[in-house]
Amino acid sequence: MSYEMWIIVTGALVGASCGVIGAFLILRKIAMLADAISHTVLLGIVLAFLVSHSMNGAFMLAGAVLVGLFTAFAVQLLNSGGIQEDASIGVVFTSLFALGVILISLYAKDVHLDVEHVLMGEIAFVPWETVSLLSFGELPKAFVMLGSIFLLDLLLITLFYKEFKITSFDPGMAAALGIPVLLIHYVLMVMVSVTSVAAFDSVGAILVVAMLIAPGATAYLLTDRYSAMLLLSGGIGVLDSTAGYFIAKAFDVSISGSMAVAAGIIFTLAWILSPRYGLLSRLFSRHAVHKLQR
Amino acid sequence: MKAVEVSGLTVAYDRKPVLTDVHFSVPKGKLIGIVGPNGAGKSTLIKAILGLIPRSSGAVRIFGQKYSPKNKDVGYVPQRGSVDWDFPTNALDVVLMGRYGCLGWVRRPSKKDVEAAKECLQKVGMLQFAGRQISQLSGGQQQRVFLARALIQEADVYFMDEPFAGVDAATEKAIISLLNELKRRGKTVLVVHHDLQTVGEYFDWTMLLNRKLIQCGPTKDVFTISHLQRTYGGKLAFLEKEQMLIKQ
Repeated sequence: MSYEMWIIVTGALVGASCGVIGAFLILRKIAMLADAISHTVLLGIVLAFLVSHSMNGAFMLAGAVLVGLFTAFAVQLLNSGGIQEDASIGVVFTSLFALGVILISLYAKDVHLDVEHVLMGEIAFVPWETVSLLSFGELPKAFVMLGSIFLLDLLLITLFYKEFKITSFDPGMAAALGIPVLLIHYVLMVMVSVTSVAAFDSVGAILVVAMLIAPGATAYLLTDRYSAMLLLSGGIGVLDSTAGYFIAKAFDVSISGSMAVAAGIIFTLAWILSPRYGLLSRLFSRHAVHKLQR
Repeated sequence: MKAVEVSGLTVAYDRKPVLTDVHFSVPKGKLIGIVGPNGAGKSTLIKAILGLIPRSSGAVRIFGQKYSPKNKDVGYVPQRGSVDWDFPTNALDVVLMGRYGCLGWVRRPSKKDVEAAKECLQKVGMLQFAGRQISQLSGGQQQRVFLARALIQEADVYFMDEPFAGVDAATEKAIISLLNELKRRGKTVLVVHHDLQTVGEYFDWTMLLNRKLIQCGPTKDVFTISHLQRTYGGKLAFLEKEQMLIKQ
């Protein structure tokens, strides 16, 4: 595959895996918690590097899962101790992220783990860092990592499809039915953590948030069906990243930045043009809606 | 054997007790109204019984068995306001969720489950809205969907949190005839209820609650002025009006 094609495919994988997960985040109203985790996994990556002295994917994932779960747990702990949820998220997220940044600048100066890279990512370098995989030959490392995580996400969503659904819609009822609501929450947090890490290298800590939230928020405006929202959200993620790549190419600017901008533009279009919930249809059908409600 | 037996139930939020040492038991096949002022802990009682919020102490037995959420004898209807009705799903789907508990991991609802869900929607007069997005339903219709979801659980004991709150007269009638049908089939139904005027008409048992249990028993014994006074405190003018209603 050409150099350009690898970048587009990698971006599409970021968009699809973040997009599908994002749908759950929007429905459970925990987008900000995901924002926090996508930043604090940085600490996990640095810790994994300090322990293993390598940029091995498995160590990075393990570190990210630990710190991601710790973030979710710490937020819940503070929250149940009487601190408002947004304040809990703010405190946990900034401290752990800052700790990660300090550790990088202290210990990891010499490796390619530098602050700018983890914040912004560099998807343009993706095709050059390859690993050989069985009979497939040399494949970009980021592609292999993202592909595996995407498959893992799909597997978990298939396994826990109805549990994700009922614990999002009615956690009280779910608990009364004997469904382990907290376990499902932490499964989702693990998915957010590993997906963030996998997407990290390509789009960076800041822009992975755009991919986690914008596609889900866009899909939410476009459908009234749960399964359709999951599929649409993944599809919109792919659209966002691909459109971003071509914007970046046309204006010769940052690819990851353009992807986030594309995500914003596509969300805005949906917000204005969505057939049922868009600004235009709401303006024109205000009269009709009033009639319906009566 | 008692359908529901609760002993020594205490619940506290932030170390402030909300319910203190509640003991009661109800026999099988009764409609029980749980009545008390705002903040009396009525919803808390139900949630604590079902284990949705932690209990400081106390034990719950359903038909003599220690209760756990795996117990399929128990159905629950939460307050309508407790969920997000903008969730992308339709009425039929919400009813099917009542079956998720007994499906087990990975398995999806079968055709038989879908048929059962439609039957339950039929029973609450909502079959024609099966495919409708839930935010497009009126409050009363949403409440009926919740009841249909409870019916599909085929439980023996039901806990319902304010099913009559904010519904229209037609829905109120539909709900009460459904409750009576459940009773005829030998089910036990505990209902958090707000409207004192209808307690005598709807429920054969009444539980008066205000942070502790005031009384629990047959409505004609329990629903008296002196007990209501103990439950509601000194709101006399209001109670005198109720007294007139009771006499009628």
